[in-house]
Amino acid sequence: MTITETQRPVWMRRHLLQMDDLAREEIEHILDTAEGFKEVSTRSVKKVPALRGRVVVTMFFEESTRTRMSFELAAQRLGADVIDLQERMSSTKKGESLIDTARNIEAMGVDVMVLRHPAAGSATHLSQSVGCCVVNAGDGQHAHPTQALLDLFTLRESKGRIDGLKVAIVGDVAHSRVARSNLRGLLKLGAEVTLVGPPTLVPRAFEALGARVCHDFDAVLGEFDVINMLRVQNERIESSVFPSVREYVQFFGMNAERLRRCRPDVLIMHPGPVNRGIELAADVADGPNSSILRQVTNGLAVRMAVLFLVNQAATGHAA
Amino acid sequence: MILQDEAGLRRTLETMADEIARAAPPGAPVGIVGIRRRGEVLARRLRAMLEARGVALHHGALDITLYRDDLSTIGPNAMLRGTEIAFDVRDHWIVLVDDVLYTGRSVRAALDALVDLGRPRAIRLAVLVDRGWRELPIHADFVGLKVETTAHQIIKVKVHEVDGEDGIECVESE
Repeated sequence: MTITETQRPVWMRRHLLQMDDLAREEIEHILDTAEGFKEVSTRSVKKVPALRGRVVVTMFFEESTRTRMSFELAAQRLGADVIDLQERMSSTKKGESLIDTARNIEAMGVDVMVLRHPAAGSATHLSQSVGCCVVNAGDGQHAHPTQALLDLFTLRESKGRIDGLKVAIVGDVAHSRVARSNLRGLLKLGAEVTLVGPPTLVPRAFEALGARVCHDFDAVLGEFDVINMLRVQNERIESSVFPSVREYVQFFGMNAERLRRCRPDVLIMHPGPVNRGIELAADVADGPNSSILRQVTNGLAVRMAVLFLVNQAATGHAA
Repeated sequence: MILQDEAGLRRTLETMADEIARAAPPGAPVGIVGIRRRGEVLARRLRAMLEARGVALHHGALDITLYRDDLSTIGPNAMLRGTEIAFDVRDHWIVLVDDVLYTGRSVRAALDALVDLGRPRAIRLAVLVDRGWRELPIHADFVGLKVETTAHQIIKVKVHEVDGEDGIECVESE
């Protein structure tokens, strides 16, 4: 028998909305489950029947080809049927029409909705309005839990632990859902987090969440086991909170020269897609310290685990 | 009721290893694959016994959680341990190992999981205890112990690696 009867099941959630909801043991359960799923991708038949007969819909109201593909492939590898909602929504009637659309789709017999939406809180709103499972694939500047989970997975895989690791998150922390979700997850698993960037993008207010804030990257460069470089978003470059691109690269860009002053085993992470030459120099992105492609591979296993677990919680009879 | 103690369990496995060694086709690559968790432990012991008898073989462990036909009813208790089969199952003569053969549904799931990895030359089934009550047309090729049971009895196979002791017990369920 492979089924272990635990006194109290660790995972009981039908939705994955934000890292704030999760206890440490729940995060670790997802990572452990993902480890089991990683092996599926190495088989000759890269598929298991765990979600056979289930329907997963990806609803992306904000373009992200890679995240959508990762979720779709994850669902397909679990044997689910996958449909993709192709619709761009006008920003004027977000709330109402999102729920309307979702209820229509749900009426077709959908089991899991994967939502990417520009409005913060939309995934939570959706989860309160439909009966099926909801997985947040990014809502505004609020949360992107599967990105945080795949980063934690990659970090644990290459360092063997998360407790006590010194992690830097560098860039536009203020506007980044990746940074917020990573920060929550890292702190819950016992890492020490430093947020690095110019004061306009990394305000002191983040100290209240339990992180250290630092505006001088070069002064702290050598301390970290892991450096997560955030993507510079094009629309932000135009705004007044952003320094000039040249100034940003000069003070906060990761390049070969800065890498030499890091710990030799430092892990350089990036949620992708990379602006080569801005936050990350090409030779660093492709170098031995970079985990960028490994993060993408692990993302698939982590999303399989998440889809599997929320579906189990929804369909299984709790002990 | 104790059916076998530590020494008895060891003797039973030795007998099974004798039978498997005799049945293994000469020249064919042999693999032994245990169903997690106790089948995996038993497979590891059988492997050592088979190697002592001059049979060279590959070893692996199979997690059938994702292939169970009752996955939707076992709920969030399912714990995924992962399949670890480092060799290519194609063309291998494979002995599948489980602790107790009961309804046959675990074996059905294991067969599906195995053939998804490739096309073995043949699959044989070895179980420590056959307690009857099959719900599917499945039978074992190597059986350590055949036990007549009622529907209210539970057969417990205990191994050091998981339970801290070795033995086979039959208990009445409440």
